[in-house]
Amino acid sequence: MRQLKSVLRTPLGLTATLLTIGVLVLAVIAPILWTDDADAIDTSNILAPPSAEHWAGTDNLGRDIFYRTLVATRLSVELALAATAIAVVVGLLLGTAAFLLGRRGGRLVNAGINIAVAFPGILLALFFAVIFGVGATGAVLAIGMAGAPAFGRLTQTLVAGIAARDFVAAAQVAGVGRLRILLRHVLPNIGEPLAVNATISAGGALLAFAGLSFLGLGVQQPTYDWGRLLFDGISSIYVNPWAALVPGFAVIIAGLAFNLFGESVAKALGVGVVGGIPKLPSVAAHLDDVEPVEDTRHSTDDVVLDVRNLRVTFPGVRGPIRPVRGISFAVRRGEAIGVVGESGSGKSLTALAISRLVDDSGRVEADRLELLGDDLRAADSKAQRQMLGTSLAMVFQDPMTSFNPTQRMGRQLAESSRHHQGLSKKDALERAVDRLRSVRITEPEKRAHQYPHEFSGGMRQRAMIGMGLMGTPALIVADEPTTALDVTVQQQVLDLLASIREADDVALILISHDVTVVGEVCDRVLVMYAGRIVEDLRAADLAAAQHPYTRALMAAVPDMHTDLDQPLAVIPGRPVDPSDVPEGCAYAARCPLASARCRTEDPALVADAAGHRVACWHAGEPLPLEIEDRELEEAEAS
Amino acid sequence: MSELRFDNVTVRYGSTTAVDDVSLTVPSGQVLGLVGESGSGKSTLARAAVGLAPVDSGTILLDGKPVPTRGRRRPLQMVFQDPYSSLDPRMSIGESVAEAIPPGLSRAERRTEVERLLELVHLDPDRLAMRPAALSGGQRQRVALARALAGKPEVIVADEITSALDVSIQGAVLNLVRELQRELGLTILFISHNLAVVRYVASHVAVMHHGRIVEQGPTGHVLSDPDHDYTRTLLAAVPGQSQSKGSL
Amino acid sequence: MSLASSVAPAPRVRVTSHPWVRFGVRRLGRLLVSLWVLITASFLMIHLIPGDPVRAALGPTAPATLVAAKREEMGLDDPILVQYWHYLQNLFTGDLGTSMISQLPVSDIVAQRLPATLSLALLAFICAVVVAVPLGVTMGVLTRRGHGRRTELGFTTTSVIIGIIPDFLIAVGLVYVFGVSLGWLPVAGNDTPSSYILPVFALMIGPAAILSRIIRVEMVAVLEADFIRTARAKRIPARSLYLGHALPNALTASLTLGGLILGSMVAATVLVENVFAWPGLGSTIVSSILNKDYQVVQAIVIVYGATVLIVNTLVDVALALLDPRSMIRED
Ligand SMILES: Nc1ncnc2c1ncn2[C@@H]1O[C@H](COP(=O)(O)OP(=O)(O)OP(=O)(O)O)[C@@H](O)[C@H]1O
Ligand code: SF4
Ligand SMILES: [Mg+2]
Repeated sequence: MRQLKSVLRTPLGLTATLLTIGVLVLAVIAPILWTDDADAIDTSNILAPPSAEHWAGTDNLGRDIFYRTLVATRLSVELALAATAIAVVVGLLLGTAAFLLGRRGGRLVNAGINIAVAFPGILLALFFAVIFGVGATGAVLAIGMAGAPAFGRLTQTLVAGIAARDFVAAAQVAGVGRLRILLRHVLPNIGEPLAVNATISAGGALLAFAGLSFLGLGVQQPTYDWGRLLFDGISSIYVNPWAALVPGFAVIIAGLAFNLFGESVAKALGVGVVGGIPKLPSVAAHLDDVEPVEDTRHSTDDVVLDVRNLRVTFPGVRGPIRPVRGISFAVRRGEAIGVVGESGSGKSLTALAISRLVDDSGRVEADRLELLGDDLRAADSKAQRQMLGTSLAMVFQDPMTSFNPTQRMGRQLAESSRHHQGLSKKDALERAVDRLRSVRITEPEKRAHQYPHEFSGGMRQRAMIGMGLMGTPALIVADEPTTALDVTVQQQVLDLLASIREADDVALILISHDVTVVGEVCDRVLVMYAGRIVEDLRAADLAAAQHPYTRALMAAVPDMHTDLDQPLAVIPGRPVDPSDVPEGCAYAARCPLASARCRTEDPALVADAAGHRVACWHAGEPLPLEIEDRELEEAEAS
Repeated sequence: MSELRFDNVTVRYGSTTAVDDVSLTVPSGQVLGLVGESGSGKSTLARAAVGLAPVDSGTILLDGKPVPTRGRRRPLQMVFQDPYSSLDPRMSIGESVAEAIPPGLSRAERRTEVERLLELVHLDPDRLAMRPAALSGGQRQRVALARALAGKPEVIVADEITSALDVSIQGAVLNLVRELQRELGLTILFISHNLAVVRYVASHVAVMHHGRIVEQGPTGHVLSDPDHDYTRTLLAAVPGQSQSKGSL
Repeated sequence: MSLASSVAPAPRVRVTSHPWVRFGVRRLGRLLVSLWVLITASFLMIHLIPGDPVRAALGPTAPATLVAAKREEMGLDDPILVQYWHYLQNLFTGDLGTSMISQLPVSDIVAQRLPATLSLALLAFICAVVVAVPLGVTMGVLTRRGHGRRTELGFTTTSVIIGIIPDFLIAVGLVYVFGVSLGWLPVAGNDTPSSYILPVFALMIGPAAILSRIIRVEMVAVLEADFIRTARAKRIPARSLYLGHALPNALTASLTLGGLILGSMVAATVLVENVFAWPGLGSTIVSSILNKDYQVVQAIVIVYGATVLIVNTLVDVALALLDPRSMIRED
């Protein structure tokens, strides 16, 4: 219902809806009101041009074209709907057959559908028109049958999509029968797209009918639909062009109405509201009260990356979304920094922001953002691109999708050297082969000529690292580089990163949701919660973490030393929604130590003498023991 | 007694052999952890057990009798990896659970049963009219567990049930699995790629590699004194072994 | 850590299972099966018509002896499998029968009319691609995420509307404007080069609108892909990003549709030819259906169908050349 309302809110959707209703209403009332006017023969007024009396002129028997067009609405719409009904019913039978028949029978039906859809609809319609004969009934059957394969294919694709979902498997395991699964689980989940497509095909059928009648193969005299009127009109186009143009317009308007109505509903169901997102206010809303960190530790010149009060904001439907809300840290040469936190805490966006890769819709602001002393807040320039292209390496989470599937690996690696180091094609490729070898890929010459899909996941991730080594990186930013990999492969990738770091004194920012991984690889760990750093400590000190969130994260994940007799720690509730950040400490709703102060005052990130930074009013206080699981569940509910 | 036994089970997809002559016993009332890397055949073995994958040769026995994979009575139930895909988005969670209850109960009895099951997984029974979309990942996984329990199973197959969940929620689901197993005396085939998780929930471990079981035995024994090279490789790759973490 | 365990499974090099060979065999097999279905369907067409096709063609007044003789000549009284066998034999020797109306060999009719239809369809297709690709790519870049909402709305609405209007109505409109009102361009026949302008325009405008819309959508989707982020991380110039990385991927995705459009353009000539009295297969098939000249209809259905099937096969081959993964996806 809400989606239907959103259809009406767009100008196009509103127009289409009104037109569709108009056509349907006309189909009902026009024959009742105007049949006599439409059939009145006036032999004294044959093939007359438009006049006050006959708005669109008359035909070869002197009948009024305008009224005839109005009256023809009913037959045209009826025929189109009948043909659509045939297409939908036959298509549904074909499309669900595979699901019901099981593997072998299903494959046969699908092969049949695939062959049938290869033929254009008009050809199928002509074929069936020959079999069913010339005339209205024949045309309905022909257009219906011609539309069936396409609808069958659509149903088949949709059914297959749902059938692959685990809830269908779950129902099967529970002993629910095939037909019942189809009726209870599959069809309800594909009903909307099917209905939308049926509407669109009704528009198509209307136009197809006009086509067949226009060829003289559809409705025959003395009955008439729009196509027939058009067929008669075109023969006299030099005498009274309106006899062809008026029914032509009627066809187009009605066809468009059904089509656009269907498309608008489809859009509302699928893609959300068009043009509904307001622009950001030009001044960032008060974020300045954040983290006045005066940090002397970072003033040395071996700082590779210096970030102060970094914010990322996106425009949202209900006000701005602030996934990153003021982050400050520095990375020194050769240092490895880990970033941990729950999903949605802003880890990836922080990484993208410091590498200038946030999409254009987001706004990145910072009091300072420097890589090797260059201000990254400055406008994009060739010099800056070159600096970033050679000294910053990125490794992304999903090695399966992070390479261009249509280009050979070698070329993808070579590309940056060609642009930034001015190497020739041959030299760049040679360097790429060399880099592949350096990330321990065997037979690099051969591998460079292969496509990404010929690499395994671990190899791709190493190739990605190799791509970063085409320049002379001072910093590698790796966003969950091993999450998609198996443990044994993960270890190889982590080892590779560690050895590169040692060999060339490259700094590393390693993002992960796994505290144990980060603790093993990194010198320092930043713990993020709701777009802030809540704790910044040495990896060796993780066991002595001060912030309740860090402590809970550590205890929630079992490792090889976890006490088997104790239940695991649990963090109740959900992470904070970045479009609705609460006042005070963002963790307060889930924190066992939360006090009144926590709910009103936001704790700043303060450093102790050793450089350990924590943002918590009750840092390091003992946690209340043994929270009853039941209570947690209720907390989760709130 | 409800012992699940795989005898020389082989499953092929086209020309690839996903499960290769596997013999494996899940002892009655115990949790067997099945570990191995992705593509090693763990999920295929699980799906074969509940009848979702065709068995080419070998037998799967429950207490010495073939596992029924037709009809309403299903003593083996399965919980899937992705709680976002394993619940029908159009059905309320109550309906999803009720669907798995064997027939023969009145409406009122069904409702009481659904409420009992939701209590069992620590979900508020008042939520039975909610759609999955309104629940968090951890809560959905609890619903999935309740649905599996609705069939009054003797054995539950849990396929990577925590790997799609955020770390903060994982713990709660693992606690629940341990609690249910103890209270109901269930036999569980628990599949995971995470050795630490398996160590925490399972009394026995089997290691799968390229479609074969390369090692099996009591958890403590396999993890402290592995026989097979591949098991040693897996153990060496577990991160964070160098240090022990503090607890709350 | 041993490296051996991390190497991807070596590509299998058995000759018979080389991906290109497998792809070629499978694709050719599908083409042959589809052709067989097409030929069989066209054979059955005559037998599915209620009543006697010969009587229908010759009319109710034709003498019974003539009908019987004609039936004899066409072998309609033989057992159906024998007829089917003869039908296949004749097809292979290029004998498509004779027209019951004009008494001309059907193969002559087809050979005489086919070039006009093919040249029309091909020209229209080329024009559609030449318009749609640059337009779709430009629109994709202009309306990528977070950009040009107005432009997107305007473009999508216009292209949807243009794409929906059937080509024969556009043709009628063109006849009215350029033929009747202005009298600038010829509206019938294919005697002069200028007589191509209106039919080609009528045929290409709708498909061009649809194709450009699809290319825009694909372009926007590709620009969101992970590998575009990787390419951006290399800090290459925008031109290389859009034309080097995004375009080939957007095109592979659009190519399947392009093939369908080319196929349907061949078929769409049926209507447009009738508006412009174009001496091609389209006007012939319609008059033959109306005259119940079934052997001509049969032959033209096969020619149209075969053309479409061959076009689709060529498109799949092109797709495999552009994106090697599509060969594997085929299954
Ligand atoms: N383009 C965008 N428009 C609006 N919101 C966005 C956009 N990109 C990210 N966000 C929001 O920013 C928040 C932080 O996202 P981010 O990807 O940084 O989290 P993360 O910590 O990396 O999580 P994960 O562990 O799942 O990778 C999320 O709530 C996300 O929905
Ligand atoms: S400030 Fe308060 S609510 Fe926030 S983490 Fe510390 S104790 Fe918990
Ligand atoms: Mg992320």
